[in-house]
Amino acid sequence: MSGVRVLVGTKKGAFILASDGKREKWEVSGPHFAGWEMYHLKGSPVDANRIYASQTSGWFGQVIQRSDDGGKTWFQPGTPPGETKAPDGTPKGESNKFVYDTSQETGAPLTTHQWYDGTQHPWEFKRVWHLEPSLDDPDTVYAGVEDAALFRSTNGGKTWEEFSGLRGHGTGPQWQPGAGGMCLHTVVLDPVNKNRIFVAISAAGAFRSDDAGKTWKPINKGLKSQYIPNPEAEVGHCVHRIAQASSRPQLLYMQKHWDVLRSFDAGDSWTEVSGNLPTDFGFVIDVHAHEPETIYVVPIKSDGEHYPLDGKLRVYRSKSGGNEWQELTKGLPQSNCFVNVLRDAMAVDSLDKCGVYFGTTGGQVYCSPDAGDTWAPIVRDLPAVYSVEVQTLV
Amino acid sequence: MIRVLLPPHLRALARVKGEVTVEVTGTPSVLSVLDALEAQYPMLEGTIRDHATRQRRPFLRFFACAEDLSHDPPETPLPEEVVNGKEPLLVVGAIAGG
Repeated sequence: MSGVRVLVGTKKGAFILASDGKREKWEVSGPHFAGWEMYHLKGSPVDANRIYASQTSGWFGQVIQRSDDGGKTWFQPGTPPGETKAPDGTPKGESNKFVYDTSQETGAPLTTHQWYDGTQHPWEFKRVWHLEPSLDDPDTVYAGVEDAALFRSTNGGKTWEEFSGLRGHGTGPQWQPGAGGMCLHTVVLDPVNKNRIFVAISAAGAFRSDDAGKTWKPINKGLKSQYIPNPEAEVGHCVHRIAQASSRPQLLYMQKHWDVLRSFDAGDSWTEVSGNLPTDFGFVIDVHAHEPETIYVVPIKSDGEHYPLDGKLRVYRSKSGGNEWQELTKGLPQSNCFVNVLRDAMAVDSLDKCGVYFGTTGGQVYCSPDAGDTWAPIVRDLPAVYSVEVQTLV
Repeated sequence: MIRVLLPPHLRALARVKGEVTVEVTGTPSVLSVLDALEAQYPMLEGTIRDHATRQRRPFLRFFACAEDLSHDPPETPLPEEVVNGKEPLLVVGAIAGG
């Protein structure tokens, strides 16, 4: 029988929510890694038991965790449970080693980016925001990190190598941190063109590689951002999230700091599709699993007020790829709700009907088993939710 | 044999309870103890010292015998009471974040 497993990263640990295909009754496990900030967990599309997790702390830095049994047990890759020392004495604890590649052969010099006060600041690794497992190989996984860069592991997370062509793109001095830091938070792997990768960085914009990560080009034509000196600059935009219609990989959607946008040409050009949204500020955007023009956003009041308008938590759905939006409120609080929904905190399953999930900074995780028509909380009182991913189990 | 007391989160990562002990060759110092600790518990690499710079993480401190050793050069010999096992070296998470 089909089912779903929802992977929730929070400010104080990770939680796994499991249900059968009806998505009515849930089993909750956690907190895993209690007390740690869990920025993101995501399962391999080709091995549902393989899950990667980003565990981070202001005190102890970055840790990568991996499960090979669907989240029941975890270990740091390269350091299996119960084994603390390699037989040959060689140190193996490199699963959390994210060092920018500055080598002459494959690297790029460690340069600077804009700091909050406008001065230049050196690149410094802080944490992994997003883990994107390969669509084909369970041992290959990509990591989007702060300060912005893209890393990849091809050995199940034991070691990591940077795609330095992105950080070395040359526009780095114009990139700047958003309020959350200068993070590479979105990684989209094209399901058809295996050499194509999309990433998004706050605040630099969206970038695309067509050669499997070696070289990158900004794809921000059509974006307009009033908070940078040239609103239509090539880079500098605070892209909050991009989502791809997997059945039509050229079709992308974007939630920018302000504005919701759409691209029909894999990001070469973008058009605003905010339409009748009550506010087009927000963080999340996602696409229905089976309908490439059905998309979801959660409008947030403004960049200075990170909560829903009028205290009403509303998901907006467009069935026309944007411009015309319908508010979805059934089962969501419609008074005194002042939570936020962060950029990695929405996901969809691939059941029929498509399930839609999102988590809030108030610790609620909501599920709609009917593509957004109705909603119910799975849990109400978790720590602030950073990320939500869902695995469809068959 | 040097006794080391790790903060709870690092004990969880290392899958240990209470103090750990490490063998150090030569004159024990914070540097040599951390080298031995990371060799014995490779999952701790990068959590006490930054992987790239090898510097102590800003919110961690090294205490022993009621003294803060955090700002001493890491090669500084440890106090005799730590060397002879009477006192542990404490790795402490600094108070930060409320």
